[in-house]
This record gives sequence, C-alpha cells and structure tokens, in this order.
Amino acid sequence: MPAAAAESVSKRFGVTVALDQVSMQVVPGEIHALVGRNGAGKSTLVSLLTGLQAPDAGTVSFDGVPAPPVADRAGWRSRVACVYQKSTVIGELSVAENVFLNRQPRRRGLIGWKAMREQAQELLAAWGVQVEVSQPASALPVEQRQLVEIARALSYGSRFIILDEPTAQLDADAISGLFAKMAALKSQGVTFLFISHHLAEVYQICDTVTVLRDARHVLTAPVSDVSQAQLVAAMTGEATSLLAPPGNRARVERSGVPALKVVELDGLSLEIAAGEIVGLAGSGSSGKMTAAETIVGLRKAASGTVYVGQRKLRPGSVPDALSAGIGFVPQDRHREGLVAGLSVAENATMTVPEKLGRAGFLSAKRRDQLGTEAIEAFDIKASGPEQPVADLSGGNQQKVVMARAMANDPSVLVLLQPTAGVDVRAKETLLAAATQAAARGAGVLIVSDDLDDLRPADRVIVLYKGTIVDEMPRGWHDHTLIAAMEGVTA
Amino acid sequence: MKLARLRDLALIPAIIAIAVVGYLVNPVFLNSENLINVLQQQSEISLLVLAQALVLIAGRMDLSLESTFGLAPGVAAWLVLAPGITHGLGILPPGLAIPVTLAAGVVIGLINGLLIVRFQLNGFIVTLGMLIVLRGLLTGISDGKTFFNLPESMLYLGNAVWIGLPASIWLSLILFTAFIVIAGYTRFGRSLYAIGGNADAARAAGIRTDRVLWTVLILAGLLAALGGLLLTGRLASVAAAQGQGAIFTVFAAAVIGGVSLNGGKGTIFGAFTGILLLYLVQNVLTLGGVPAQWIGALNGAIILIALMLARVTSGRAQE
Ligand SMILES: Nc1ncnc2c1ncn2[C@@H]1O[C@H](COP(=O)(O)OP(=O)(O)OP(=O)(O)O)[C@@H](O)[C@H]1O
Ligand SMILES: [Mg+2]
Repeated sequence: MPAAAAESVSKRFGVTVALDQVSMQVVPGEIHALVGRNGAGKSTLVSLLTGLQAPDAGTVSFDGVPAPPVADRAGWRSRVACVYQKSTVIGELSVAENVFLNRQPRRRGLIGWKAMREQAQELLAAWGVQVEVSQPASALPVEQRQLVEIARALSYGSRFIILDEPTAQLDADAISGLFAKMAALKSQGVTFLFISHHLAEVYQICDTVTVLRDARHVLTAPVSDVSQAQLVAAMTGEATSLLAPPGNRARVERSGVPALKVVELDGLSLEIAAGEIVGLAGSGSSGKMTAAETIVGLRKAASGTVYVGQRKLRPGSVPDALSAGIGFVPQDRHREGLVAGLSVAENATMTVPEKLGRAGFLSAKRRDQLGTEAIEAFDIKASGPEQPVADLSGGNQQKVVMARAMANDPSVLVLLQPTAGVDVRAKETLLAAATQAAARGAGVLIVSDDLDDLRPADRVIVLYKGTIVDEMPRGWHDHTLIAAMEGVTA
Repeated sequence: MKLARLRDLALIPAIIAIAVVGYLVNPVFLNSENLINVLQQQSEISLLVLAQALVLIAGRMDLSLESTFGLAPGVAAWLVLAPGITHGLGILPPGLAIPVTLAAGVVIGLINGLLIVRFQLNGFIVTLGMLIVLRGLLTGISDGKTFFNLPESMLYLGNAVWIGLPASIWLSLILFTAFIVIAGYTRFGRSLYAIGGNADAARAAGIRTDRVLWTVLILAGLLAALGGLLLTGRLASVAAAQGQGAIFTVFAAAVIGGVSLNGGKGTIFGAFTGILLLYLVQNVLTLGGVPAQWIGALNGAIILIALMLARVTSGRAQE
C-alpha cells in the first residue's frame, strides 16, 4: 500500500498543461526523489498532493484511502506536511507564531504566548536558528526563513513529508543538518518526497527517483539503478553530458581602473577588474551575502566606500548603484527580485525604462520584444512575454531575475545565489550568460553556496566571519575550498 | 510581542497631548461629564471601527458598514411601526425589533460573504455597491423620512445607564475588550492576521480561509447593526441618512490607530485609540468655541490633523 499515490492526474492552467496523466506512488518509509527541468510540473504535483489544488482529472490517495476534498484543510494537514517552494512564512507575524500557525498552544482556550515562544525557541535551536522568536519573520534572512519552514513542516509529526527544493537556499552545513534529520525520521518510518535540482543530493539520500518531463511521467526507478547521465538524459530528453567544463577563458589583465572597487566596506576590501569573474565563498555565517547586499546598496554600510569605475556610489542606494552600471540578482527573488503580478516582459525590462521609449512613454511593443528576447536568451519556459511571473515555475522566475540583471548591459554584475532552483541545463545557460558579460568587459561577482556557480570564476575569495581568509585561482579542488570556508587553514 | 505591545500604545502620547491642549483651551475638557459625553458620542461609531478593523486585518474592506448602520434599525422600525404618521408596515410585534435589527446585520454580512468569498468578486466594489443599494433601500422603506415613535425596546440600549455609565459606553468597551482578547489570543483571531498577511500561506497552514472570511464579514454586519441600534436609541429615531458618510471617519480611525489597509497588520486596541483620538480632537475644537456650523467643514481637517499627529507621535509609516 503506497503512502501516497497519484493516479493519472492532470492539471492545466489556461493553455499550459502542467501535468498530463501523471501517475506515481511513494512507498512507505522511503525517500523518494522527484526531479525534472524547470516547469516540468513538480511543484504542481506537490500542490495536488497537499490539497492546495484539485486535479482536473485523476485521483490522489494516501495509504490507499482517497484524499479528502480540497476544502477539508484539517484532513490534508493530518496526512501530509510540506515545505513549499514558494515561501509560506508570513512576514508580519512573529517567528514563533509562524512555526505554530493554526496550532498555537492553548490554555483554557486562549493562546499561551509565552509557552509558544519557548517551544518555538527550542524547536528552532535544534536547527541552529538562534534568533529572537518574537521578532517579525520578515526580519530573518532567507536561509533562516527556509529553516523555519523546514522545522515547522517536520514538527507536525506527519508520516508523509514533502520538501520542494528545500536546499536551494541553504548552505552546506544546513543541508547536512537537514539530511541528518531526514535520515533519523526515515528510520522511524516517515516517508519523504524530496525535490531538488542538485542531483548529488538525490544520490546522497534518496532511495527511489521519479522523473517528470514536459508535464509527463518519464521514469521511476531505484536510485542505484540509474546513473547520473541517464538521469539527466531522462530529464532533458537528450543524451548529453552534464556541465561542460568551463571553457578556457583568456587570462584577464588586471590593470587600469577596476570595474568594481570596494574599500574597507565594513572591513572588507576587494577589486574586480573589467572582464574578470570573481567568486565569493564562505559558510552561512561568513557574511558573504551581507557584504554583497551592501555593495549593491540593499544595505547601508557603517563605513567604507564602493566605486564602480571612477564613480563613488551613494551608500545604501540601489538606484544609484543601478545608474552607475551595476546589475544584480538578489538572493530573495520573491522579496527583492520580482513583481509577481507583472508580466515576464515588464519584470525583465524594469531596470531599463530608457530602452523602451522616449520622454517617459513606454512602448509595449518594444517591451514585449525585449521580453521575447529574454525568454529565448535565458531559456525561460513561459507562454509568452505577457505571462505574469507569478504563474511561472520557481526556476523560471529565477531566470527572469537574471534577465533583468543583465538588461542594462551592466559594467558590474553582482549575482547572489544566481542558480537557486534552476535545473542542470538552465544552470549552464545562466553561468554562460555571466561569462559572456565578462567577455564584454563587465566585472562579475558571484556569491553562492553552490560550488558549481563558482567554477567559472577566475579566482574565488573565501570569507570567514566577515574577513577574507583565502583566495584561490581557478582550478581549486572542492575539498580545499570547503576547508577554507570552514576556517581550516591549509 | 513586547514590540507589538509598545506599538499598540503608540497613540497614547497623542491622546495625552490632546488632553493637555484641551485642558488649556477649556478646563471643562477634563470634567468627567465631558469625557463621558465624548465616550458616548463615539461609542456607536466605534463599533463600526471595530468591525472595519477586523475586516481590514483579514485583508478585506467593508464599505457597506455605514449603510448597515442605518438600514438595520430602519428595517426593524419599518416592520414594527403601525402605518400612520411614519412609513411603517406594523406586521411584527415591537418585541421583535432588536432581533430583527441584528438579523438584518447578519443577512447583509451573508450577502457580502456570498459575493466576495463564494463568487470571488472584488470586495471593494461589492461593498461599495452594497453601500449604495442599502442606503437606497432605507430611503425607499422610509420614503426618505425619519422613523420615530419607536418601541421601548429599541430605545433602551441607547439610553440606559448601567453602574453610572451609559450602556452604550459599556457595550463599546466590553466588545473592544472581548475582541482584543479574540484577536490576540485565539486561533480564530490569529488566523485573521495570517490571512491578511498572506492568504496562500494561511491556507497552506491549514486555515479555512473562506470560513474565516465569512465569519468576519457576518460579524462586521452584526456589529454595524448593533452600533446603529445604539444611535437609534439615543436619538429615538432612524433618519434616512443615519450613518451616511461615516465610513470615511471609520477608515481614518482605523488607519490612525495603526491598522493597515493592506491587511495583516494592526491591533484592535490601536483602532480604539484611533477613534478616541478623533473624537477628542473634535471635542477640543467644540470647546474651543469653533462654531457648530464650522465643525462639519472642519471634520475632514480634523482627520488630517489626527493622521499627522499619529504619524508624528507613533513614528511609523501608515499603510
Ligand atoms: N498558477 C499558474 N498559472 C499558470 N501557469 C502555471 C501556474 N502554476 C504553474 N504554471 C505553469 O505550469 C508549469 C509547471 O510548473 P511547476 O511550478 O509545476 O514547475 P516545476 O517543475 O516545479 O519547476 P521548477 O523546477 O522551476 O520549480 C509551468 O509551465 C508553469 O508556468
Ligand atoms: Mg517548482
């Protein structure tokens, strides 16, 4: 009897077929991987399996019993817990309340705030999230918000848990913490459905893998029976090798005025030459994200200056950074990257109104044309430039953010977790775009927890607790980089 | 929570400031008689503010409240008054006047719920339409005139004095206290914040968002009907224009009190301080000798002043 099963379910959104007669079964006690390219229909399947949406056709069942109607939220809640790809943290509410939303501890019918805070503090401490739980959740950085969601989902005591790209925003430590907890729960008989674009993770903890391609079910097999190449072939429908090795880029001349110069910015200094790609690595607590956000003006530095070419940036001003020629991909695409209700074209051209027409008037035609170009250049799966980004799959939204960052032909490109949630093939496209920008003379800074993102870099700067501890030219080995990130000096 | 509590008290400095100014303008201001007077004047409309605050926190708006405020007691009067000097049908015994008033509020809430939650129509336009329709209904059944000669039961709550204070003040304070507790300490109350903050996330957390929205819209209609009943009792009549234009003051009070028009933010206590501040400012102006004819014209200005006062003393941006 499968813990959860979908029986030839279909789902369409307008003209888009998101799922086409997909059947899959999750065996009790296993960790079942669900993989596929961006827009393949994974998250749509999750929404059917958690009762957020009803299938157009087909049925969902748990332990052989048909699933409750969509309106019966409590019924679904008792069968399945989920970490959704799209954040379900409510920023206005406190961290503690987010953890215990709709199941706040009560005494004589009234919510016991103190007990709730204590329980939340305790629960989160087990995940290494040591924060004041009475502050609004919007104050937490992305990784911690993600951990709040994971901790919450795992604390429901469900026997079946779905994790939709839980690791996309986490650093290596948090990921191994998550895997340890999953293994522990698995040994207690808990079943998982796990979605990730990192195939290494699939091999690391999953027992079975199901591949979706273009809304269809392609294959389900024990992980040990499929090689990585076979998996990629199943996902893409073509037999090609994974990640081509970074091409031989010409050595960059580090002379003249640097594209980006950071001087004592809260204690950090670095220079990026025109045409150079620099990686910034470090563990979750290294402060690399904060540093990058300060450079682009999302945060205001207490001290120090940033120069783009000769120009000195106004601290804490994103508009000034943009007009100076910085293009950037923020870490949190939902909060800082996109306007969900607007179309792909509008989002992709948001930073370049001057390209759309004169004297403040915008040409919709020109905009949609640029949007179409972005869709092609970045391989965005959308029905057209007018589609609202809210309707895109998570990975495709990320590509729109990237397109936006590149739209103004930036002289400096700052990319934070640029490939979070994008599939193996799209990752190549995005990193190739960054490399091309460098070839055109831009200075590129890539800040990421994903080592693959750092491979194209000419050199990688390693940050540990806010200070630069190491710098490695291209060709580093994973283990030396990781050791440096952990603060272990060679 | 501590932070939230501090934010709750944001208007207290403004209220103290107004009290000091009021005292300087005219020492009568701090007389208990005057203060009770202010509290009673605001008690009826404060129930509209309470209703609106609940709806706003859940991320919706209900413009029709001001018409419910007039129509609910109007319908009761129409059904119980014998035909004669005023438009009445006289088909129900006077004893049913209060139940009919409250039921009218519930029915209006149900219609709003049907259109907004069930049929998923735009809440702003739906309730704007309802505002006009309900007002038209009241004008229709009353022939544009005022209902008077009302039964004893309809007058009671607006006039009674309980332990030294008018009953309407008690009711307003009790209901606000009850909803402060409900909003802050019950799952239902917290689900309003969750829905207003992010409806998808609330659904994902297992909250029955539709049911909660139905409940809050019906509750709002009920509170508006009760508020209307209090005013009707105090004035011993239902004018065809009862409540007309009040929605502006209601929204202003909520926003001044820190409730966000975007949903998910604000407290019931804040909303109470909002309406209180508005009425105190108004009272000070009256005591200051501003001629009554000008009070009407100044009402908008009062709201803008209170809005600025709240912005300055609370130090937070209004949404
Ligand atoms: N609400 C919606 N309205 C319209 N189209 C939608 C909606 N939700 C999803 N889609 C479309 O359905 C398809 C499948 O989306 P889904 O989110 O399931 O992909 P996914 O496999 O999770 O991709 P990713 O790896 O990028 O998260 C996409 O083409 C997407 O644009
Ligand atoms: Mg997805």
